[in-house]
Amino acid sequence: MAKTQGTTKSTVTITLWGLAVLALLLACSSRTASAQAASPERSSRIDSRTARVEGLAAWDQIYSVLTHPRCINCHTATNYPQQGDDRHRHVANVVRGAEGKGVAALQCVSCHQEANADTTGVPGANGWHLAPLSMSWQDGNDRILPSAEVCRAVTDRSKNHDLDGPGLLKHHTEEPLVLWAFQPGRGIDSNRRTLPPLTHDAFVAATRRWVDAGMPCPPIK
Amino acid sequence: METYKLVVNGHPMEVATDPGTPLLWVLREELKMTGTKYGCGIAACGACTVHLAGVPTRSCVVPISLVGRRPVVTIEAMTGDPVGRVVQDAWVSHDVVQCGYCQSGQIMSAVALLKAIPKPTDADIEQSMGGNLCRCATYVRIREAIQIASGQLK
Repeated sequence: MAKTQGTTKSTVTITLWGLAVLALLLACSSRTASAQAASPERSSRIDSRTARVEGLAAWDQIYSVLTHPRCINCHTATNYPQQGDDRHRHVANVVRGAEGKGVAALQCVSCHQEANADTTGVPGANGWHLAPLSMSWQDGNDRILPSAEVCRAVTDRSKNHDLDGPGLLKHHTEEPLVLWAFQPGRGIDSNRRTLPPLTHDAFVAATRRWVDAGMPCPPIK
Repeated sequence: METYKLVVNGHPMEVATDPGTPLLWVLREELKMTGTKYGCGIAACGACTVHLAGVPTRSCVVPISLVGRRPVVTIEAMTGDPVGRVVQDAWVSHDVVQCGYCQSGQIMSAVALLKAIPKPTDADIEQSMGGNLCRCATYVRIREAIQIASGQLK
């Protein structure tokens, strides 16, 4: 009987100590959580880090489209456009010209009409022209620039016709030559030209996410 | 088959043909205007050059359905064109032509060049005429004839 009473007393003591420790832990934990919730700076840092991660993921998708031959063939750093998935130099000695529209007797529109000419294999859209040299996404040897460099060119308003985020989104949504890339028609071999890795809707959605995230660019390595 | 209304060298014309038919074949086969030549059929040689609303255009790759209301001018109209006349005279006086097959395209491009740049440099000529091939390699005489024509234009 005496042993039983002693055991009961010690069990109660241990239980009380356990409860006290638990209460202390909960109090600390609750204080830490409330301290975290109460720190707008930390919360904002987490938000902006998340936005940047999401923005960079969206940029990766955009970059995959911009560097597809349907887009980058006219974003050269050279005096000529390129053609085909192998990005070879444009045939017929076509040259850039002062405004990216060819030269007097050999203009882009000498062949490229306002729509694809599938019976003759010549692509077309309103205002066919080369992107300006400030928007080259290749180097002088026709090598595609890294993601970080293309991103900086795209976001530099001194190079991109002064387009801000909404301006870039509008460009990706409405520009006829951008739209053409997603409906490029048939080539001279009658086969359909290959398409960029995203649909136009997905490309616009990625651009919107990137713009909403503040247009982050990957670091230059 | 569809019917298309065209204005060729100032004359209204009507043709019934497949929408995908290149303008070159409408000119040559439907309208029997054979001055414009078929060279490569892929816009790589310039023999088929005509002017479409004033723009030198490779007629072998432009389907008739995309011509729209733009007036077409061909080599047949160059005699009546002030610049065309001067260019043709320069071609004759400088004896540019060898076999002659590509020359209607060469002249159409040269006229377009001189209308845009009346006093072209040699570099202007080489860039603008670079898409017009000549298997007889009359390039040097072509460049000289363009400079002669340029000198005669006001």
